[in-house]
Parts: sequence; structure tokens; C-alpha cells
Amino acid sequence: MQEAQGERDSWLDALQAARLLAVDPHGLGGALIHAGHGPVRDAWLMLLQTVLPESAPIRRLPLSVSDDRLLGGLDLAATLQAGRPIVQRGLLAEAHQGVIVAAMAERMSEHTAARLCAALDRGEVVMEREGLHDLSPARIAVVALDESTEDDDPPPVRLLERLAFRLDLARLSPVALQGVLDTVSDDASLRDETQQARRHLAQVRVPDEAIEALCNTAAALGIQSLRAPLLALRAACAAAALDERETLEAEDLALAARLVLAPRATQWPAPAQPEAESPEDPSESPQPQAGQDASSSQPESQPEGQREDRLPPSNDDPPDDQAPSELTAEMLDALVLEAARAAIPEGLLQQLRAGQTMRAARGRSGGRAGATRSSRQRGRPVGSRAGLPRDGARLAVIDTLRAAAPWQRLRAAAQPAPPPVSRPRVQVRASDFRVMRLQERSQTTTVFAVDASGSSALHRLAEAKGAVELLLAECYVRRDQVAVVAFRGRAAEVLLAPTRSLARARRELSGLPGGGGTPLSQGIDAAAALADAMARKGGTPIVVLLTDGKANVAHDGTGGRAQAQADAREAAQRLRLAGHAALLIDTSPRPSSDAQELARCMGAAYIPLPQADAEAMSRSVQAATRAVLNAGGS
Amino acid sequence: MDKASAPSGLAPVFPFSAIVGQDEMRLAMLVCAIDPSVGGVLVLGDRGTGKSTAVRALASLLPPMAAVIDCPYHCDPQAPAGRCEVCDGLRARRRKAAALRSEMRPVPVVDLPLGATEDRVVGALDLERALTDGVKAFEPGLLARAHRGFLYVDEVNLLEDHLVDLLIDVAASGQNVVEREGLSVRHPARFVLIGSGNPEEGELRPQLLDRFGLSVEVVTPRNLPDRIEVVRRRDAFERDPQAFVKQWAAADADVRRSILEARERLAQVRVPDAVLEQAARLCMALGTDGLRGELTLMRAARVVAALEGVAEVDDRHLRQVAVPALRHRLRRNPLDDTGSGARVARAIDDVLAPAA
Repeated sequence: MQEAQGERDSWLDALQAARLLAVDPHGLGGALIHAGHGPVRDAWLMLLQTVLPESAPIRRLPLSVSDDRLLGGLDLAATLQAGRPIVQRGLLAEAHQGVIVAAMAERMSEHTAARLCAALDRGEVVMEREGLHDLSPARIAVVALDESTEDDDPPPVRLLERLAFRLDLARLSPVALQGVLDTVSDDASLRDETQQARRHLAQVRVPDEAIEALCNTAAALGIQSLRAPLLALRAACAAAALDERETLEAEDLALAARLVLAPRATQWPAPAQPEAESPEDPSESPQPQAGQDASSSQPESQPEGQREDRLPPSNDDPPDDQAPSELTAEMLDALVLEAARAAIPEGLLQQLRAGQTMRAARGRSGGRAGATRSSRQRGRPVGSRAGLPRDGARLAVIDTLRAAAPWQRLRAAAQPAPPPVSRPRVQVRASDFRVMRLQERSQTTTVFAVDASGSSALHRLAEAKGAVELLLAECYVRRDQVAVVAFRGRAAEVLLAPTRSLARARRELSGLPGGGGTPLSQGIDAAAALADAMARKGGTPIVVLLTDGKANVAHDGTGGRAQAQADAREAAQRLRLAGHAALLIDTSPRPSSDAQELARCMGAAYIPLPQADAEAMSRSVQAATRAVLNAGGS
Repeated sequence: MDKASAPSGLAPVFPFSAIVGQDEMRLAMLVCAIDPSVGGVLVLGDRGTGKSTAVRALASLLPPMAAVIDCPYHCDPQAPAGRCEVCDGLRARRRKAAALRSEMRPVPVVDLPLGATEDRVVGALDLERALTDGVKAFEPGLLARAHRGFLYVDEVNLLEDHLVDLLIDVAASGQNVVEREGLSVRHPARFVLIGSGNPEEGELRPQLLDRFGLSVEVVTPRNLPDRIEVVRRRDAFERDPQAFVKQWAAADADVRRSILEARERLAQVRVPDAVLEQAARLCMALGTDGLRGELTLMRAARVVAALEGVAEVDDRHLRQVAVPALRHRLRRNPLDDTGSGARVARAIDDVLAPAA
């Protein structure tokens, strides 16, 4: 029974969010809907469609949308046919005054998210592509459909931050929605109310106390970004407009706090002042459901008329501006905070805490988010650039034709009129060729730094080699590059420059002799230098260090355990500061404190080489590599 | 507000003077507006701190500039010959002494939007004329449009690599060269590069980092009154942009005046040897690479002195700009995890001891 009530409330909130969004789509930015694919999500989308004006476009955003579809570009077919440039508008421009629905938002690329955000911020889309310049209005809202499960990354933060609402519908049933809708209103009147509210929106006045209350509440909930109170304010204004009021009232703010601020909470707010729990004036107490039916059922002819009279000078404070000031500012603060607190979803804070530890761990990998996020979509074409299709580059046919299109008339004119039959319809020259630009940053280079000294390896070097070979094979499958640095005696040596050749890697590795001192700091530095070089080229390096951590050759090549250890730690810190992801595989028979300390300095994941065989080690390294890459990815 | 002075967008722009706090960012932008040779600003910071708002705001208060009328690159009529092919051609057609015809134009503030293609950045064949008239004509790109103005790259860390290479090259040479199928164009492209981004979303290549004269970090204001004021102003702006802009027009005009006055004074501001020496010692103490740090530091300090209306640069001015001028030029120190801004501040305290 209670559960049914809870579900009903959740649906009422979801309904209310849809109605507010319909009133001020661009101002509110949109909503994140967390729910799997299915009838619940469809029900909400239907709801949104019902409350939006019929003219509002709704466009679906494909996950791997290309720039020419998203931003617009040259319409090749039309251009060639018409003999003059024809612009094809992108999705963003098409969705002007409407909504973009992004499915699988958790997998949206940062690039797509950034383009959506630019449109959300500016209300227009600037297109500078393929010889065309176009500026179109794009006052859009984005509905991001988040199907992530616990293990997945959340949708891009930059996008989330700009969407007013976050609704978790994952556990609701569409049946309950029907029950809710039946009690509210019919479709046509819902839509009418949206239109009414849009007219009222500009008239809603915002008293200072309202802004203060929302800012105070956001601060109490530990919300950093100032977009949150601003979005909450707009939600409150939309709620007042739906209720055909010109002043913000406590209930609007409470609703906004519940729908916009509570889901963003990062800390449990301190308890409110006790006396504020029961506001003196009962008419001002928050009536959470008031918004739903108020506008349709209240007999408001009298005040309505008054309002009409007052409308023109509404910029000046009307004399009877009493409603919000009856509540003291403190009471309003307490009330809004209480509304938000009551709505903080259970478990959110635990999740947050988990998320923060994750992020702390990620922070150490140097924030190379852009680099690693793209590596998950390895090889996805992200556009094209001028160039000949060789060295493995693939021809981008459409883009090549686009590049050739403008020249057709010139080239035709330049030809000394050959027999018309033999002349190709479209003349393409070498300079037109475009090749696909795959995600350039995607390539991962695994740099193995292998300790081949006497202390560490001898008895385990064979195992380590075996593991590296297996990892090499794995890297090969993933089309990653590998490089191998070995260190023993007095120096480190690059055995294998970054390559994809498995055979070469095997050969170099099998020839690797063991024995001698352990110049650990030199080994780490050599690996770091390789990693730096790869990062500069736009790749994503991972350093895998195989050692027992027992350095005994200092950086300058002299012996001495203490100095050697200090140098090694310093080198490890340098590696960490360079921001490279790293793994340390402890090759000593038992986990050693030296190696653990070294891993800490490097900010590396620490993996003791299990008793088991090379294959087990290879598996754990793969898992750790994935974890490191994904950790960098958000 | 003068429509033409707005950046490429359609909507009115949030006024510069209405930005709450963010003193370092505002100063850095003013410095570059007064003396473009300081070389651009990189603004890194938290989400929702109004980074792009500030850039667009700056655009709306820049005083207009004189530009050659028939030159597509809106060159300075005072610029020496040999800089621009079009202007040289115009000059050749006139009698020697006569100056080129010029008009006042708003300083360009050009967006490099995400997803821009290379041909739009560097310029390419004029599509319209090629297709309809069969004429081979060059259509200038964004770099040409930004000449003598500002080129703004939002989300600069998401910029695609081949565009980064291009920017680095043009920003260094001040020239844009296009060669394609008989289309051969070389034109001046000197602009102040302004980049903004969120450091969590990937790092900048060192070569690009180096192209920015100043680097500022913005954080969300922590104290409640400031936060409330930000939301209040933002709300007021969004409800009635025109009225809000009007309300701040006088304050913006003051800023514009101070830019103009500082520009006039700039040439007269002296940099005493003692201050130069301090700047050099500061850079040495921090181990910044190359001379760019010292040069930027000195230029920026001179602008601050000009803004203040004093005739001579002193340590105070160095202090004001040292952090933004140097923080992105430090080598990482493996034994020191502190932020680069804090390291510069510490070096300032060590080197620039309070005058006894």
C-alpha cells in the first residue's frame, strides 16, 4: 500500500517535471531519465509529447551521430543537382523550440555532449563546415535516456549539469501512471495549460528571498555548480506560471528544490531550525500536489481580472506584494531545504561516496579523460581530413565528393571540350581526397618495463616473459601498440619501440638475457619517456612495470641500495605527475613492501604476480588495464 | 548595445561589468584587450563558472578599430606595406602619399565552434561563386575573420588534433597560407587566442599551452552572498536581456574607457631595470622554459601599470600578473604536488620580498 503511494508520488513528480519542461524547455535544459528501454520510459516520453505544444519538434539523436547530421553541412545531392550550395540543417537546428531525445546517453561521446551543451548554452548552433557558414536558432531541450546499470559510467557530466531534472523511473510501472493521469486531467487541457503557462512565464516576478532560499539550499546540499540554483529558479517560475500566478510562492520553491536540487545533493544537509518546521500561516504551507490540479480546478475569475488590470505596470512592485514576505526569509530557507531533504533519494549519498572514491582514484591517473574515453570507441570514424588513401587510411567517399563538388563547374570549363560521352559525370582530383579520421586519441600503447636483473627475475623471468607474450597477443587483438623497455646491469634499454608486430615483440623478448643489478629509476624513466612520446602524438599510454621493487643501482649508475630506492621513488613520482596510467606487477615470490611503496608513488594499480602461471597474470593485467582505462574515462 | 559589436551570435550578451568576482580572469582579459601582444588567455575552471560568458562579454565592450575598406582581412590602414597582398595592391593603385580608405569596425571576436572543418578555419574556395558562376575565388575562413581580433575556442581541450596543429602554426607565424589547385592565398592572421575548458576533460598539448600568454583558473564562488548575486544577475539577464544590458551599459562604458586610456598610456610606461631583474629572477626561481615567460610577465605588468595610470612598473604590478603569466610554464616537480598557482605565489614571496 505504502509502496503504491510512493510509486504514485514518483509518477506525480515525473508528470510535474514533464509539465514544467514543456513550459520552459530551453530554460530548463531538459531531463535525465534513468530507466531501461521499455514501456515506462515510453510512457514518460508520451507524456512529454502530450504536454508539449503540437508544433514542438521532437528529434531522436542517434548514438554515433556524425557532425554533418548534428550540426549540419553541405547537402551533396541537392548541391550537385542545383548547381549551387545547399545547406542541410542539422538535428540541433531542426529541434529548435523542441526536444532532442538522446537514447543510451551513458554511452554518448564527449564530443557529442559538448556540441549539445554549446547549443544549450547559446540557444543557437554555429556551423562552420564544408565551406559553409550557418547560424541557426536552436532553443532546445535535451531528454537524455540513461540506461546505465551500476557498473556503467554515467552520461557525460557536462550534459547532466545542464539538465534541470533527473528522474529515476527504473522501478515504476506504467499502470500506475495511468491511474495518476486519470485523476489529473485530459490530454487536451494539459496542453492548453502549457500554452497558458508560457504566456504567464515572463510575468512571474522573482523576489530576492526566493533566490536566496534556493542558493542556501544548494549550499546546504553541497552543490557546487551555480547552474543548479539557477535551474531550480526557472523550474519554480515555470511552476508558478502553470498555476497562473505572478509571484513565486513557497510551494514553487519547494517543488523546485525537490525536483532539481535534491537529486544533485552531495551531502546530507544539517537539520533545519526546529521552529521553522511548522510555518505560522497555514495557507503558505507547502502543498506538494497543489500544482497538479490547481490551475484547472480553481475558480479564479476574480483574481484573474485583477491580474489583467495590473499586468502593464508589473515591473514595479505592486502594493499587495505580501505573499512571500509573510514568511521570513529564514522560514522560507528552512522550508525549501526541508522539501529538498525529504526528496533526497535513499542510497544516493552512498552511491555518491562510492563515486567520489572512484573519482579520487581516477584523479591520480591525471585526468586524461578525453584520451581514454575515446579509446572505448576505437576506430570509430569521427570525420575526415584531406589526404590520400594510403598507409592504411580509408577513403571517405562522401566527403571526397563533397570536396569535389564546388569545383565541378570550374573543372568542366577548364577541359578542352572532349567528347561529352567520355567525360566523367563528377570530376575528382587528388586534392579532393578525404580520408576517414578515426578517433585519433584512441590508440593505446602498452609500455612494458621489465626488470631483468638478477635480484628480481631470474627465477621468474620466464614466467614474466610468458605473461608479456600473452599480453602482447591481447594487445594485438585490440590493435593496440606495445613497447618493451628492459633494465638490468647499469642501464635501461628500449628493446622494442612501439609496434604492432607481434612477431618482432616475441623475438626481442625471447632474446632478453637476465642477471645483473637493478637500475629501477632508469627503467621507469625510460618507460616514462616512451609514454610521453606516445601521449604527445595523441595516444594513450599505459605503463606496465614488472619488478620486485628492489633497486640497487642509483640513477647515476653507481651502486647503493638506499640511493637507488630513493631515485626509483622519485622516478615513480615523475611518472605519476606526467599523468600516465600505470600498473605495477610485483614479481617477487611474496608481495613486497618495496614494490607496494613504489606502486603508491606511481599512482599505479598494484598486482602481485600470483603463484599461478603466466596466463593468470595476463588475465589480471588485462582486467586492471581495463579498469585503469575506464577510470580515466569520465 | 551595438548589434555589430556582438560576437557571431544572435542574442544579446551578458555585460562584462556584471560578472561577479573572477578578478583574475577579468584582469587577464583586459590585459590582452589592451595589449594583444601579451598573447591570449587560457581560462580553465569548474563547470558553470561563466567562462564563455566572460569571453563573449569582453567582445561587447571592445572599442571599434579602423579597418581598410576594400580589404577582406580588415587590415589596419597604418600597417606597414608587405603584410597583406590585398592592401599592397590597393596601395599600388593609389598615389604614394594617400592613405588607404578606412572605416571604423567592431573588433572581431570569432568563435571556433566544435565540429568546424579545416576548410572553414583556413578558408577555401568560395562555394557559391564556384558553383553558380564557375569562378575560382577564395573565401576567407575563421582565421581571416579573427585577424586583429580574438579567436575564441570553447572546450579547447576537445579541439581535434589537426586543428590544434593548424592553430599553433598560424598563431606563431601570424600568417595563413592556403594552397590548393591554383588557389594560392597568403594573408595576415594575427589574433588573440582565447581558450576555455575544464581541466578534468583532458590536458592541453604543451605546444598549444605555450601559445597562451596568460592562464587563469576560475572556481565557483564559495561564499553565499556572491553565489546569490551571480544567480540574481543571471536570472535578471535571462528574463530581460535588453533591459539588463542597458542597466549595465554605463559600467561597461567605464571599462571601455579605461581600455582606451590604458592603450594610450601604454607606450609611455617605463619598465625600470630593477623590475626587469626581478622578473628574470622570478622566472629563474621557477625554472620556466625559455624567455616567453619573462616577456609576457613584463608586458602584462606594463599593461597593469597603464591601467592604474602610473608611469613606471613596480613590484606590485609584477605580483598582480605573475601567477597568470607563469603558472602554465612551470615544469612539473616530482617532489611537489602543490598546484602551479601556489608555487608561483610562493616564488613571488621568496623573490619579491616586501620592499624594506
